[in-house]
Amino acid sequence: MMKNKTAMTGGEAIAYALKQIDPEVFAMYPITPQTPIIETFSKYEANGLVNTEIIRVESEHSALSAAIGASAAGSRAVTATASQGLLYMFEVLGIASGLRLPIVMPVANRAISAPINIHCDHSDSMSAIDQGWMQVYCQNAQEAYDMTLFSLRLAESVYLPIMVCIDGFFTSHNLENLETYEDNLVKEFIGEFNPKYNLLDTDTPITIGALALQDSYFEIRKEMFDAFLDVKENYLKISKEFKKIFDKEINFYEDYYAKESKTVLITLSSTAESSKDVIDKLRLENKSVGLLRPILYRPFLYEEYSKALENAENIIVLERSEGPGSFSPIYKDILLTAYNNLKHKPKIFSYVFGLGGREITQKDIEDLLVSVINNKPKKERYIGIKE
Amino acid sequence: MNIKELAKRINNKDLMVSGHRTCSGCPIGIISRTVASASDNPVVVSSATSCAEVTTTIYPQTSWNMPWIHSAFANSAATISGIEKAYLALKKKGKITKEINFLVIAGDGGSFDIGLSASSGALERGHDFVYLCYTNEGYQNTGAQRSSATPKGATTTTTPAGINSYGKIEYSKDLTQIAIAHNIPYVAQVNPYNQIDMYNKAKKAFEKKGPAVLIAYAACPTNMKADPSQTIAISKLATESNFWPLYEYEDGKLTINYKPKNRIPIEEFLRTQTKFKDVLKEKNKEVLRSIQEDIDNKWKRLLRQEELSK
Repeated sequence: MMKNKTAMTGGEAIAYALKQIDPEVFAMYPITPQTPIIETFSKYEANGLVNTEIIRVESEHSALSAAIGASAAGSRAVTATASQGLLYMFEVLGIASGLRLPIVMPVANRAISAPINIHCDHSDSMSAIDQGWMQVYCQNAQEAYDMTLFSLRLAESVYLPIMVCIDGFFTSHNLENLETYEDNLVKEFIGEFNPKYNLLDTDTPITIGALALQDSYFEIRKEMFDAFLDVKENYLKISKEFKKIFDKEINFYEDYYAKESKTVLITLSSTAESSKDVIDKLRLENKSVGLLRPILYRPFLYEEYSKALENAENIIVLERSEGPGSFSPIYKDILLTAYNNLKHKPKIFSYVFGLGGREITQKDIEDLLVSVINNKPKKERYIGIKE
Repeated sequence: MNIKELAKRINNKDLMVSGHRTCSGCPIGIISRTVASASDNPVVVSSATSCAEVTTTIYPQTSWNMPWIHSAFANSAATISGIEKAYLALKKKGKITKEINFLVIAGDGGSFDIGLSASSGALERGHDFVYLCYTNEGYQNTGAQRSSATPKGATTTTTPAGINSYGKIEYSKDLTQIAIAHNIPYVAQVNPYNQIDMYNKAKKAFEKKGPAVLIAYAACPTNMKADPSQTIAISKLATESNFWPLYEYEDGKLTINYKPKNRIPIEEFLRTQTKFKDVLKEKNKEVLRSIQEDIDNKWKRLLRQEELSK
């Protein structure tokens, strides 16, 4: 298969995937660090490389609302956001999923106010994990490209919207090697979108978004909840097609020596990618250590995760978001995995790092892993905070 | 077209059917049916959260004989933007061939207040759609709270009368003039008492290429505490008193469609509604005078606008 080797930032890689998808509608509103996506796409449009109708809206609330209208009209609709923009959309997030509209939305993860900060953490998308959206987290530009293509199919297979998350700046703005696929192969993979119902079929008018009261609301919401139960099967099916066409595996998570290791680090996105060097170094020192990097985070496939944690005695969950008054989200999901799906009782540690783009070094990660391996775990739960 | 022919056309199209739960005397049905019937093409509706929305689509029933979507309170214009652009894109691809018109139906809360930036954005972007706002002068669906469309002197549940209060102290926002400021092809004030005028304006609105705005006076007998049989009579007084002038702004030209020979004092209009009971008290006569003055000033300004655009 022809693969074209090039270099792009994560934001450009997503824009390139969207160009190849050529959605009918792209509703866009600027916010750092998502802007490379909409700027790159706007250039494609300005040069006649896409057929997309761009709507340059006046807010993120309207961006997602326009995507909702476009999707309900039977077209492929996308938007992109970050941080405050995602929070500004919050009301409509649940409407997109409640109306079962397969909207694809890249998110360049960024801290949330206050205080205002434009740099990377995961507090934005993590605050939206219960709004009925699927979420995938990408480690680099290549995965951002692949997962944008993949997510479109996944969303359309279960009629649920999806966020494709990349690390703000670290991935959105950094130039990386990228392999892209031929346009015709992408077309073959994504196929046509012909939803069961659409608003433009004026011969059979439908009412979308009716008022559902005590007698029906619960069941209608449950249909949306149940759609998440179909994700696993569809993910596997679409992965097979992806593999066949692009010769690449798309997994639920990346198991980097996790299954065979006694100490397992769990972390997301670009930090996980950089942690692999640390894992390699420690393994050369004969340490039994591995990395488990979630890709599909919503739905969270508890049973699947337990397979990679069978031998783990220590699990270190290192997250770029906090749960004020509670704990960080992935930590809680891993606790549930351990409680329900693991026969043994591993120690599970929760650490929070990197809020507002605070740097974490490979040395920091190494020190953390070594402290746990040596049974002298660092004090929970903040890494890299000034005392 | 006379009123009988119009009635026939509306009934034949039957785009919004009976059985909905609007209150006695509510004009939402008249307004929606009349406006939608004025389109020669099929119509797709985006509705804001509002009285019209909650009373017409109680699952599993619907009153709408045309494709209809409700998303949220503030975003009906953003939603129609997406629908209209999807239509253009699918048309370009040959997936759809017929002509379709697009209509927003929203109340004053969804138009004057929470949805203003979304509708302003949609007007500025020039989508080809009609924005219909029916103003019943407050959040009637949630129990008659104040909106920026509530007129001065009206009592609402959040601006109640009391020892220190006669009701709302601010004048209402002039959304019609705000719409005109967007320099769009068509803006009009309509009133269901003059159904033919409303229909003709809706027809123009649909026929214009680009955005058009219709703002309809919608008396709410329930919350103005008026006799439900008097909706149309009260509506007529709104125009006869110059409280709700019938005028249109078409391709840069403003025309007042009806000039009352002897405009009636605002008191006569306010007296039909219990919500103005306190402002009509002797002790508030200065407030009443200011309301009359405001109406007369706005009328003079309209006359000047008409003169200037000749």
